[in-house]
Amino acid sequence: MKPPRSRVAHPFLNPWMPRRAPAPGRKSLLVLFFRKELSFVFLLLLAIPALAQAGEATTGLGTRLTPSDLAGVFAIPPDGAGLPAGRGSVAQGQVVYASQCAACHGGALQGSKAIGAPALIGGRGTLTTKPLKTVESYWPYATTLFDYVKRAMPMGAPGSLTNDQVYAVSAYILARAGIVPEQAVMDAETLPRVAMPNRRGFVSQQ
Amino acid sequence: MPAQEIENEAACNCKEGMFPQRRRFLFGAGTAAATAAATAAALAGTLAPARATPDVPADPTRVPGRATGQDGGYGARSPFETARRILGPVPNSETTWTFTPLADQIGNLTASGLHYERHHAGIPSIDPQRHTLMVHGLVKEAKRFSMADIKRLPRVSKRHFIECSGNSGGAYQNLPLKTVQVSHGLLSTSEWTGVPFAVLAREVGIAKNAAWVLAEGADAAVMTRSIPMEKMMRDAILAYGQNGEAIRPEQGYPLRLVLPGFEGNTHIKWLRRLQVSEKPFMTREETSKYTDLMADGIARQFVFTMEAKSVITFPSGEMKLPGPGFYEISGLAWSGRGRVRAVQVSLDGGATWHEAGLNEAPQPMCTVRFTLPWRWDGTPVRLQSRCIDETGYVQPTHAELVRARGVNFYYHYNAIYPWTIAADGSVTHEAA
Repeated sequence: MKPPRSRVAHPFLNPWMPRRAPAPGRKSLLVLFFRKELSFVFLLLLAIPALAQAGEATTGLGTRLTPSDLAGVFAIPPDGAGLPAGRGSVAQGQVVYASQCAACHGGALQGSKAIGAPALIGGRGTLTTKPLKTVESYWPYATTLFDYVKRAMPMGAPGSLTNDQVYAVSAYILARAGIVPEQAVMDAETLPRVAMPNRRGFVSQQ
Repeated sequence: MPAQEIENEAACNCKEGMFPQRRRFLFGAGTAAATAAATAAALAGTLAPARATPDVPADPTRVPGRATGQDGGYGARSPFETARRILGPVPNSETTWTFTPLADQIGNLTASGLHYERHHAGIPSIDPQRHTLMVHGLVKEAKRFSMADIKRLPRVSKRHFIECSGNSGGAYQNLPLKTVQVSHGLLSTSEWTGVPFAVLAREVGIAKNAAWVLAEGADAAVMTRSIPMEKMMRDAILAYGQNGEAIRPEQGYPLRLVLPGFEGNTHIKWLRRLQVSEKPFMTREETSKYTDLMADGIARQFVFTMEAKSVITFPSGEMKLPGPGFYEISGLAWSGRGRVRAVQVSLDGGATWHEAGLNEAPQPMCTVRFTLPWRWDGTPVRLQSRCIDETGYVQPTHAELVRARGVNFYYHYNAIYPWTIAADGSVTHEAA
């Protein structure tokens, strides 16, 4: 018995659909040939827009950032790119330190095991024995000090210091570490030029 | 070093679980009085006062069970199950860590509520409606993506371990890490779901000279790490799913970076910003921390990959085997360089090794559970496992590791970690 022809399927819509149902027990080679040819062409046609999409086109998701969106963010690399305006002296830093830092890091910048605040200075020459890693003995870049203090300190009110205060307290810590002189002033020009004692102490694995 | 009490005896799950001996004084030797008390308790045969037993009928087939829906629509584990994370020995609760109870972990995945934690300024509370990810720097078009945008992008789901590079770090100096929770519990495995960075990269267009990406979190530490672009493009995932649901707040809700095989600190949680650059930024965490100090005073930097490692979780430290007989040795093995190829177990202190069974086909940068059937004859024995990954790397011994790295390396400790079983069945770690 001849199967009824589908009203929906059509060779042009569905190339796997034979144009004419083959008689039972006898497959038309011609039909098969056309089917293969058609499916190949059909797949190519399908692939063209997909390939085009895989090229330069994007989904269009996300919104374009404006300069004001990025006004509040920062990350300061060793060359000082992105350091803000402002400046601070060692003397000014001493005042900031006393009110913002000393409670945890101690009056002598020695840190506190009881609170969990690390020592900020000392430890030079200990790296091959019993290491005391501090800004003085270990940190390779002064820019990191500015970045970290501005980003995450003081612990109870991170991000609350002004740029002048961060420059000043950086100057104070570096002076107490014996890295910069007492009359030093830190700003976007001077901070990246500070020569840290352990600058050559690292080898990158990348 | 003063002993740190993890939890009080009443909260100890000594009644069930895998034969725990006692769960106190994990970080130190303990005071003489405490040791005497523990000994007395052990002698008395009662390891801990009985914990309040959940209300159960004599025969649960004779009374209807509790009504459906009383859990508020989100199920909880059985009240008999008490495995929990424990706090690291740090005074400041905002900048501490918790250990996954690996001895209690069943299978290969870590329950989300037991995933280890490491926080640098507490766990932030973030509204996903307001949270966005900014991608900028060396890109053609800097963009901001809402969580809704991110969830519309093509996603992947992959199982990966995350291990803190400080995991087992105390072992360099033979500090007393008595249980596997404390010695290896800064390791957890989850199925992570999210958008590959490579997909997002196409949305913004990466400049040709781009080589690094700074990832920044939205916590109070505003955590930052510089990641090589090659890694970001290869397999980095911006993940919002963990084990079939949204990432837990402790794990970075609503979005975290997952870098398969890289040290845990680089998997920035609460991810809010990616800045594409030519060079690394030399942030605090990649200079003053997470750098590996060698014996000559020089530190290795950007050591990202967690090497092949394994540990036996049963039997393990502070457990007590009830007597000779059959046990299945079981543990976890993993490698940040790819798949685990094989795990070997030694029952004689490392003289001979037996091939352990792997419970499933190992996935890249994912743990795999291994097992070995074993009949204990009741004599003292030293058990240890070693992992061999698909690069052919063989997990080293403690002596080999210290010879190569010194004792001040601290991070990336991956040596073999043996357990000694005494004639009375008690299990301890004896420093090599």
